[in-house]
Amino acid sequence: MNSRSALRPLLRATRFQCLNSPRHFTQNSVAHAESSQPTNHERTTHFGFETVAEAEKEARGKPVLVAGVFSNVAENYDTMNDFMSLGIHRLWKDHFVRSINPGTSTPSSSSQTSPSPGWTMLDVAGGTGDIAFRLLDHATNINASPSSTITISDINPSMLAEGRKRSLTTVYAHSSRLSFLLANSEHLESVSDNSIDLYTVAFGIRNFTDQPKALREAYRVLKPGGVFACLEFSGVTNSLFDAVYKRWSFGAIPLIGQLVAGDRASYQYLVESIEKHPKQEEFRDMIREAGFEVPGKGWEDLTGGIAAIHKGIKPVVKS
Amino acid sequence: MALGLNRHLLASGLPKELITACTTTTYQYPRHFSVLNRPLPNYEGHVPLTRLEKTGLAIGSAVYSLYNPYRADLIAALGEATATPYFIYRLRDAMLSDPTGRRILRDRPRISSKTLSMEHLRSLPENSVGRTYVGWLDREGVSPDTRDSVKYIDDEECAYVMQRYRECHDLYHALTGLPIFREGEIALKAFEFANTLLPMTGMSLASVITLKPTERKRFFQIYLPWAMDNGVKSKEVINIYWEEQLGRNVESLRVELGIDKPVDMRDIRKKDRARRKAEKEAKERSGDSLGIN
Repeated sequence: MNSRSALRPLLRATRFQCLNSPRHFTQNSVAHAESSQPTNHERTTHFGFETVAEAEKEARGKPVLVAGVFSNVAENYDTMNDFMSLGIHRLWKDHFVRSINPGTSTPSSSSQTSPSPGWTMLDVAGGTGDIAFRLLDHATNINASPSSTITISDINPSMLAEGRKRSLTTVYAHSSRLSFLLANSEHLESVSDNSIDLYTVAFGIRNFTDQPKALREAYRVLKPGGVFACLEFSGVTNSLFDAVYKRWSFGAIPLIGQLVAGDRASYQYLVESIEKHPKQEEFRDMIREAGFEVPGKGWEDLTGGIAAIHKGIKPVVKS
Repeated sequence: MALGLNRHLLASGLPKELITACTTTTYQYPRHFSVLNRPLPNYEGHVPLTRLEKTGLAIGSAVYSLYNPYRADLIAALGEATATPYFIYRLRDAMLSDPTGRRILRDRPRISSKTLSMEHLRSLPENSVGRTYVGWLDREGVSPDTRDSVKYIDDEECAYVMQRYRECHDLYHALTGLPIFREGEIALKAFEFANTLLPMTGMSLASVITLKPTERKRFFQIYLPWAMDNGVKSKEVINIYWEEQLGRNVESLRVELGIDKPVDMRDIRKKDRARRKAEKEAKERSGDSLGIN
């Protein structure tokens, strides 16, 4: 298990001790009282239940830790998702894409008579291409928009490589409609302002180090009238179902990860990251704060709140 | 609560209070907790599991590793999940009731390529323990660093005992001369079961169903009787301080422990293959000369 032994030296940061959470990645054994405080200039974020440094350059920082997790699970990504959602993730993704309805006459075009130039789409943290291929298929086959294009962006090269591999079995294999971009969602330097019609992120945003920053980047790259759509795990609304779901997540998922993939630690991280991610209302407020116009309630619960779709629109400035 | 004061301990002459203390479990937290509220780990890498999780892990890893025996991590997990209650404590007590075992528990030596220099081992005399071990490692193409660390055993000292057992497994290969392929591994597991009583070693004998018929026959006729006989009558192999025995002649170590070397497996397999090949050739030749059959 080379990847696991490479992961262990990276996972050394603990700042605050959370008394009822497992200390899987610590260097020290039973270290409760003497927790080291973060230095004042170091900003921290969460990595599951661990609190780690934000800094990208440091070996202990969150981006490196997240990169490690996803390099480990890249090949088994679908298996992992199937276990975590009992296969329902496929239905969620289908519904997500249908509710966006990509490829209709472009939202930012003011003229209704000229032929649709197609949507310019960006799928962030979409390495393996699940959402991107669905979006292209929907645009092409349902909305007859063969000029819609998509860029798949991901911070992790293994996930992107997996996406490239999978694209070979689709009709978009070597087409100019599909492109790949290795980038951090918080610094989309190669994407210009006001250039994207649709920004999607599915099951990615909970892993971001600085979610407000990523939301502001999304705001920047979208055209006025452009759509931000996010599919992510969220809070189960029914408390009885939630009790069962939490026990399944924290008990069965890491065990299945150990049995099937030989990697308990990555799956433990994944369920902890779901727990720490802001729930429906809080996340809607974060989207609003980034400048998006969020109509209505602001989200749609899926399967009792296990996942939720959040949408926002970049306001059009009346000239 | 002593789980049966065995005769070794009683014969060791240690004070009774010490014996009782040694055979009790040493949990430091209440036994019942939920997955949402795990206690703090007792050592680095420790993952406290609930009883339900341990059962699930035991069953899952038993089934999966029978199907795919290359998943060494699952075999390790199976060992840890089934070691409690009783079995790992018994093994730890066996160490405590022997002077060398006690020294090992105090020193806590680890076996890895960092603590045992391969170069030094290769320079040791022929037929020494260390030379046989490194020769075996080289021939089978393995290194001492491939063992997982213990995660699921709650008591810290018992976790070390399990780790020690795991790291010494390759040395048991060198001690008995059994090779690494499936037939040899199963024979060695039978020996380990008779000697250490760890349930995983016994459960892994189920993989006898995956052996070829001739191998299975050999196992039941030769190696299983050998393993049971020698495992029971010999001293506890967990108590060997390997780091001190490296320069010693293997045969003298075997004599001291009370282990007979089993029939050389590679030898017997080679002879068997040669015999079958000769039979096949004879059959072909007799068929050719007449043009019929």
